[in-house]
Amino acid sequence: MAKKEYAFYPGCSSQAKSSAANYLTSVNTMCEKLDIKLNEIPDWNCCGASIGYAEGGELPRLAINARNFAIAEQQLPGQDIVATCAACWLGARESKERLDHTAQLMQETNEALAAAGLKYEGKVAVRHMVEVLIEDLGYDAIKAPVVKPLEGLKIAGYVGCQTNRPFGIAGESFENPKYLDKFIEVLGGEPLEKYEQKVACCGGALAFSEPEKSQKQIRDIVESALDHKAELIVTPCPLCQANVEVYQSEINRKHGTNFAVPVVYYSQLMAVAYGSSAKDAGLNGQLIRTEALEKIANK
Amino acid sequence: MSNANQQAVARYKNNFLKEVEERVEEGHWVKMCMQCGVCAGSCPLGPAWEHTPQKIFMMIRAGKRDEVLQSDSMWMCTSCYNCIARCPRKLPITHIMHGLANYAHRLGIAPKGQPTREFATMFWKNLTKRGRTNELMLTLNLYFANGIGPGIQTAMNMQKIGLGMVLAGRLNPMEIFGGHSVKDLKGFHAVLAKAKEIEDRKKGFAS
Repeated sequence: MAKKEYAFYPGCSSQAKSSAANYLTSVNTMCEKLDIKLNEIPDWNCCGASIGYAEGGELPRLAINARNFAIAEQQLPGQDIVATCAACWLGARESKERLDHTAQLMQETNEALAAAGLKYEGKVAVRHMVEVLIEDLGYDAIKAPVVKPLEGLKIAGYVGCQTNRPFGIAGESFENPKYLDKFIEVLGGEPLEKYEQKVACCGGALAFSEPEKSQKQIRDIVESALDHKAELIVTPCPLCQANVEVYQSEINRKHGTNFAVPVVYYSQLMAVAYGSSAKDAGLNGQLIRTEALEKIANK
Repeated sequence: MSNANQQAVARYKNNFLKEVEERVEEGHWVKMCMQCGVCAGSCPLGPAWEHTPQKIFMMIRAGKRDEVLQSDSMWMCTSCYNCIARCPRKLPITHIMHGLANYAHRLGIAPKGQPTREFATMFWKNLTKRGRTNELMLTLNLYFANGIGPGIQTAMNMQKIGLGMVLAGRLNPMEIFGGHSVKDLKGFHAVLAKAKEIEDRKKGFAS
């Protein structure tokens, strides 16, 4: 029997052939090595993401999140909800907090849920995978399965926004959270001592609607990593990953730069360090291939 | 001007603060702002805001209803939550900005053609159709939002990226035929419809 079991909320971007499909691949590999069992919440729906507010408003967003909570409470009782996507975690956790603290919204949300025969009891906890790794397992347990340390690899830990603010990871500061650097360290890699853009915003959903403004943010994030001689960037957020990786070629096209810094998930670093194949670490899902990690994986 | 907007003007007369407190998500926090400006200085897109959150809060108190609701300021929010993390009074600024944008949008007085307003509307319609986001259709709808000509141009520029995503297994051309979906779509839609009905009644959007 697996040590830990969770009600898993993968989110839209982690589905098959979606933009963070490689995140899910590497999370599955990582969890297998760490003896974590993820039970997908049956028939989960989208969290509304950070851009859902304009048309969705307040109660519809709360209600769709509560639908996931109600299903998890009913079908996976006693298991914490764990999200891998930063926006899913934030959207869900924000909804939970608002509902649990506002009796009227709770009552109205349950009135809406009743239309599908569901009820949210306010019991289930909502957590991010990073919290599970740090709080339920700890850094020693993360280090234990390492068989191929990421020796000599200098990695920029790009934390970004939504796993960091407004809730963040317990015990970390908003301005300089250290957990990604600690992950890199226990996996045998070399974190950056200084990374000015560690908690900067990549533009989020505005990468689509305000490409110029967002690409300015992305450029800073990549440039700062390069300034400190990082070979790759690691992040816990699917939108950060996609934005920072995908738009480097657009920035190059518009500004004559020559950026090609790979951007990976923490779970990919773990999968490789734990001895998995490049494929099981989802490295074939990179647009900018990470030869350094592939080399370690193929060793 | 929409009926809902006329009714709101008639109901609240010159008391815009009261209107925001009663109808905008987390709007009851507005009067807690002490005008320190940390939010304005912390926003990654700060210079792009016509009025920073700090100014928006003061404008609300000064009754500048049209200037606030018709501004494209709130639509510059990237949801980075820097303002919330740093606000000394712990105002949920991100949520208030989202709430103002939503209120202006639903009243029909938010700026027409504002790109984030359009994208956000598109996103919600996309995700509510099947309960899960269809990333291919979202991308295509976005490119072709301004018509077929500019759409083809954008698509051409982004062709390499799109193809790269397909080859990397991160974008599925077959999603054009539907894509991922929740199974109990009927239940999902029933929940949404009920939630919207209650919200519209509370916030004066019901016709």
